Amino acid sequence: MNKKSRLHIPRPSARPGEKPDFSYLNLSPAGSVDKPPFDSRTRDIENLSVELVRVLDDNHEAVGPWKPDLDPGKLQIALRWMMLTRVFDARMWQIHRQGRITFYMESKGEEAVSVAQAMALRPGDMCFPSYRNQGIFLYRGVKLVDMMCQCLSNTRDMCKGRQLPIMYHSKKANMFSISGNLATQYPHAVGWAMASAIKGEDHIAASWVGDGSTAEADFHHALTFAAVYQAPVILNVVNNQWAISTFQGTAGGQRRPFAARGLGVGIPGIRVDGNDLLAIYSVTLWAAERARRGGGPTLIELVTYRGGAHSTSDDPSKYRPKDEWSAFPLGDPIERLKQHLIAGGHWSDEQHEKMEEELKAEVLTAWKEAQKFGTMTEGPFLDPSTMFDDVFAETPAHLESQRRRMIEVESS
Amino acid sequence: MAQMNMIEAIRSALDVVMDKDPSVVALGQDIGYFGGVFRCTDGLQRKYGEHRVIDAPIAEGGIIGTAIGMGVNGLRPVAEIQFADYIYPGFDQIVSELARLRHRSCGEFFSPVTIRTPCGGGIRGGQTHSQSPEAIFAHISGIKTIMPSNPYDAKGLLISAIESDDPVVFFEPKRIYNGPFDGDPERPAVSWASHPKGEVPEGHYTVPIGEAEVVQSGEELTIITYGTLVHVAVAAAEATGVDAEIVDVRSIFPLDVATLAASVNKTGRCLIAHEATRFGGYGAELAARIQKDCFWNLEAPISRIAGWDTPYPHAFEWQYFPGKKRMIAGIKSIMEVE
Repeated sequence: MNKKSRLHIPRPSARPGEKPDFSYLNLSPAGSVDKPPFDSRTRDIENLSVELVRVLDDNHEAVGPWKPDLDPGKLQIALRWMMLTRVFDARMWQIHRQGRITFYMESKGEEAVSVAQAMALRPGDMCFPSYRNQGIFLYRGVKLVDMMCQCLSNTRDMCKGRQLPIMYHSKKANMFSISGNLATQYPHAVGWAMASAIKGEDHIAASWVGDGSTAEADFHHALTFAAVYQAPVILNVVNNQWAISTFQGTAGGQRRPFAARGLGVGIPGIRVDGNDLLAIYSVTLWAAERARRGGGPTLIELVTYRGGAHSTSDDPSKYRPKDEWSAFPLGDPIERLKQHLIAGGHWSDEQHEKMEEELKAEVLTAWKEAQKFGTMTEGPFLDPSTMFDDVFAETPAHLESQRRRMIEVESS
Repeated sequence: MAQMNMIEAIRSALDVVMDKDPSVVALGQDIGYFGGVFRCTDGLQRKYGEHRVIDAPIAEGGIIGTAIGMGVNGLRPVAEIQFADYIYPGFDQIVSELARLRHRSCGEFFSPVTIRTPCGGGIRGGQTHSQSPEAIFAHISGIKTIMPSNPYDAKGLLISAIESDDPVVFFEPKRIYNGPFDGDPERPAVSWASHPKGEVPEGHYTVPIGEAEVVQSGEELTIITYGTLVHVAVAAAEATGVDAEIVDVRSIFPLDVATLAASVNKTGRCLIAHEATRFGGYGAELAARIQKDCFWNLEAPISRIAGWDTPYPHAFEWQYFPGKKRMIAGIKSIMEVE
């Protein structure tokens, strides 16, 4: 049967030991894609779902109609947030390697996605993040020390020890609780946006999934409802090329871009250079304005590369070339913004190095602070009996009885 | 015979059936090139090719739904759901389609799908990598539900499951993939190498579905359990000095009531233990069957040890997991009944 099989099996362009090959990526020159009016009909802007919106060109210049109105000061701040995200990730990764937290997921190479989109949204807009959006949490003011305490499951952990590391939430920052299940938050964002419309408010919602998670049914539920009710929502697909060991083609990226997933239900799609902070900011602002003016949802595909492992539980050298990231044609988002600022005379290598050192010190200070609230081995420890809280609004009798039983057994 | 851990035994089962029967195919997330996140399918794609060991998109409903279609068209699919916690998007396909297809088509259609999925806690997986949802599946008419507790049974039962024309949900307690676990997280991990059930034949054999196993005989108390807790029960019984008979259910459905009832009728006391939450759990079904068949011989009320009725907490894994301490307390308490 095997020899006769006519089934198409999608294969990545390179596996370990092979030369990285990104010739499959359709790249438009920077500045070449038109910027349509906010009220364009979906059918008139279908080209946006297959072309690639880029602002930063090979000479580090910002060019074309999507060039946003961001002064060098704002760009320096954006650079700082991206660098902070990377420094934070690197530190937490190391802390996991030392056995001091049980799990971690870094966003290396994807920092521009979170930072640029957070900048383009308003504080009242609600985010339904995936597990690689730590940059939005940081940008929205969730403190480093609080994120570290969550990863430590310690006495200051916002999740009270209930969730795996990195499954943050912040009601205050309008950041929804990360679940760990895939694409489940996509319909939530649509529903939140529908409620915003029902209440007559101008807040919008945004959500993020990876290329792999677009295969989940919840992704398609979200698109249908968003289109039917013209919900004010931005649905983002972060195409980082890899879903653990399977490449984006396994999720269906070989035929048409993920940005085109919405066209069948009438949702415009925009494919954007996910390592170009200016392009992402501009595209997100366009989608946000469109949503706020009653134009309904937009699907944005952010083309980037997962620079690190999926999580601390896998070794990517087992399934993709070790040097693949360095061959990625869209480069590194931090390096690209840095070079753009340097080219404009607004930044230098010295300033960059100094900032990196400052950020490392800031992260280290936060880590020292976080440990005061407890680690896996050193107190203070959370009270385990709190696990029975919040299952319901009011704790039912059988859970109170189990709580008493637990305390009894643990103290025996 | 060879020494195998549970991962190797499961891989060996897949290898044996794929070698024997060209209609067996495997599909799931990361199972092909990568060999599965727990390595259960490592090497199988190299051996049997990309057309029989298929990397699937991240869509549990899609994996199970297409497996059903393949099964209807003459293949014998083994679907892997990466964690039992992620099986729910495929639940409708299992409940409304896989379980009922034979019945509603009066036997004209059926699909012999086996769904393998790692379950249970003990690996610091938090609420999305720790659940034991076997009771939900046991409740569905038309599917068989299995949970082995050791490498020998895992291989023999998995071969039976794949060769069965009925659909089977096959739960793999991931905490004991690499070695038996006595429920005490402070003690160093042990491997299957020193355990008699780590001796596994390399070729084809089956362990029949629907048969419980008396793991150790005793006269004073019966502990009915399955999966990881079998090993916890053995250790806890030893620690208390109670002469306990420990019965490994193995087959959640069909259930071997006769073996269970014979044991409880002999000992007169019955403790039921599972990792899953207690309320509406599988232990309730076991208790109902035991009281029906053993009522006049019972010397104490049937008692249950289970996970607390909360989501599985990351930091309090060992306070949540019904480990050695809770098992010992449960044994002592049931033995105190005059």
